Amino acid sequence: MVLGVKEENTIVKSIHTATKPSADVAKKIVYDTRNLNLWYGDHHGLKDINLSIYENEVTAIIGPSGCGKSTYLKTLNRMVELVPSVRTSGEIVYRERNILDKSYTVEELRTRVGMVFQKPNPFPKSIYDNIAYGPRIHGIKNKKILDEIVEKSLRGAAIWDEVKDRLNQNAYGLSGGQQQRICIARCLAIEPDVILMDEPTSALDPISTLKVEELVQELKKDYSIIIVTHNMQQAARISDRTAFFLSGEVVEYDKTDVIFQTPADQRTEDYISGRFG
Amino acid sequence: MRYMDDTVVMKRMTKRITFNKVWKSFFFLATTFALVTLVILLYRIVTQGVDYLSIDFLTNFASRFADKAGIKAALIGSLWLMAVVAPVSIILGVGTAIYLEEYAKKNRLNDFIRMNISNLAGVPSIVFGLLGLTIFVRMLGLGKSVLAAGFTMSLLILPVIIVAAQEAIRAVPNEQREASYGMGATKWQTIVHVVLPAAIPGILTGSILAMSRAIGETAPLVVIGIPVILQFLPNGLLSQFTALPMQIYDWAKRPQEAFQYVASAGILVLMTVLLLMNSIAIFIRNKFQKRY
Repeated sequence: MVLGVKEENTIVKSIHTATKPSADVAKKIVYDTRNLNLWYGDHHGLKDINLSIYENEVTAIIGPSGCGKSTYLKTLNRMVELVPSVRTSGEIVYRERNILDKSYTVEELRTRVGMVFQKPNPFPKSIYDNIAYGPRIHGIKNKKILDEIVEKSLRGAAIWDEVKDRLNQNAYGLSGGQQQRICIARCLAIEPDVILMDEPTSALDPISTLKVEELVQELKKDYSIIIVTHNMQQAARISDRTAFFLSGEVVEYDKTDVIFQTPADQRTEDYISGRFG
Repeated sequence: MRYMDDTVVMKRMTKRITFNKVWKSFFFLATTFALVTLVILLYRIVTQGVDYLSIDFLTNFASRFADKAGIKAALIGSLWLMAVVAPVSIILGVGTAIYLEEYAKKNRLNDFIRMNISNLAGVPSIVFGLLGLTIFVRMLGLGKSVLAAGFTMSLLILPVIIVAAQEAIRAVPNEQREASYGMGATKWQTIVHVVLPAAIPGILTGSILAMSRAIGETAPLVVIGIPVILQFLPNGLLSQFTALPMQIYDWAKRPQEAFQYVASAGILVLMTVLLLMNSIAIFIRNKFQKRY
């Protein structure tokens, strides 16, 4: 096994495509990022990003604070545009269409690409209304259909049994970990294709973190998941591929076990062995 | 070597502590001064006016005789005025606040507009009275009507409502908006379903406080030329009317001593209305304010 990984790694090194992982051909690409550059005013936040993200995998993005990992994630659903001074160049192809193109409306994109945020942010409404929020804004009014969506989403986020008897209570009465799983359920309710997660466990205790991690493993069967994390053990535990970002650049992108066992770049090795960051 | 010299430190200690006490007393006196003034004022008004306060006082029209003078026309007139001011100022004020906070881009022009709305809140009310007289009473030919006075009062309190609504909208955490946008909601849907439900307690509190200012304002009404002695109730938006502060002002400036007491009774009615509105505002704030 170890030998196999080493061989794979040598190939990566020799053809010098650190940002193109040794792909197994069968996997389909969800997001293809080509020469993406991003500026916050004068600050060059993302530099020449080339990254292919695969279907039904968990892709982890790691790196020290301020390396651009969250920025990149938020570019994938164009949430980054909420910052007024942002400019981008290059393209991000999602399912054959460039999402950075102005003709791609953010409302359409964000219906297909759901997001879970760093801090649990349920609405100060009932649990039911939180989950039904997405379907409702997309025009579903039928109570029976909404009921089914709510149950399916809550089951999907592994929280149905904990909340099924108090769907009409305010979501703020739940614990932080439960709130975060409510947010994941809320995201599932719009039946997205991709789920973006921005450090979803950084505000949670270890047990809640474990539950969310198990959930991510479960969800990748049906969704493609991209998760930003500052926790390297987490990336190693749950992801299939890992991209290491440093000062706005992708230093290395490969299968997770390659990145963590035999990284090609010295900087990656320094980071994962805790020498900086 | 130590930089802190114990003898010097101890010598200054007493001085510093005394200083603290002196300032504490000063701040306490400042607070007492305001409170005592208020109590004296209230005491005078209540002792003067309470004898004239009766059901008859509320149901009688104005009169040349102090004993028969009533506040009916003014009380109902003020309610009519509020019926115009409330919808006009809240719709325009909240609309402006939503535009400025949610839609407008952050650029110099918009910063300039934001700054000047706050400045507008400090413009003397008599200036708004002159504006109302020129535009609503004369140019638009509304006359000395409920509508003209209502529009003028709306303009007067609009900046206060805008600023209050802006603050309430700004207090809604950005994470809430992001959650909504993240599911593909439009800005409008986010405003209606996320921002406004959370901001409405703050908006209502600010609006009610602003309206209690409008109900007590006299200067714009004097400038517009609202009559004081009316023997009928307004029967429509274009009807003539009078208002509580106008009536009180008229009574207070009469030479007969008895009318001073009638004025005090009028002030008691006005203050009851104000207290009622403020209590509603406090109730709404405490009951519905959401904490994140």
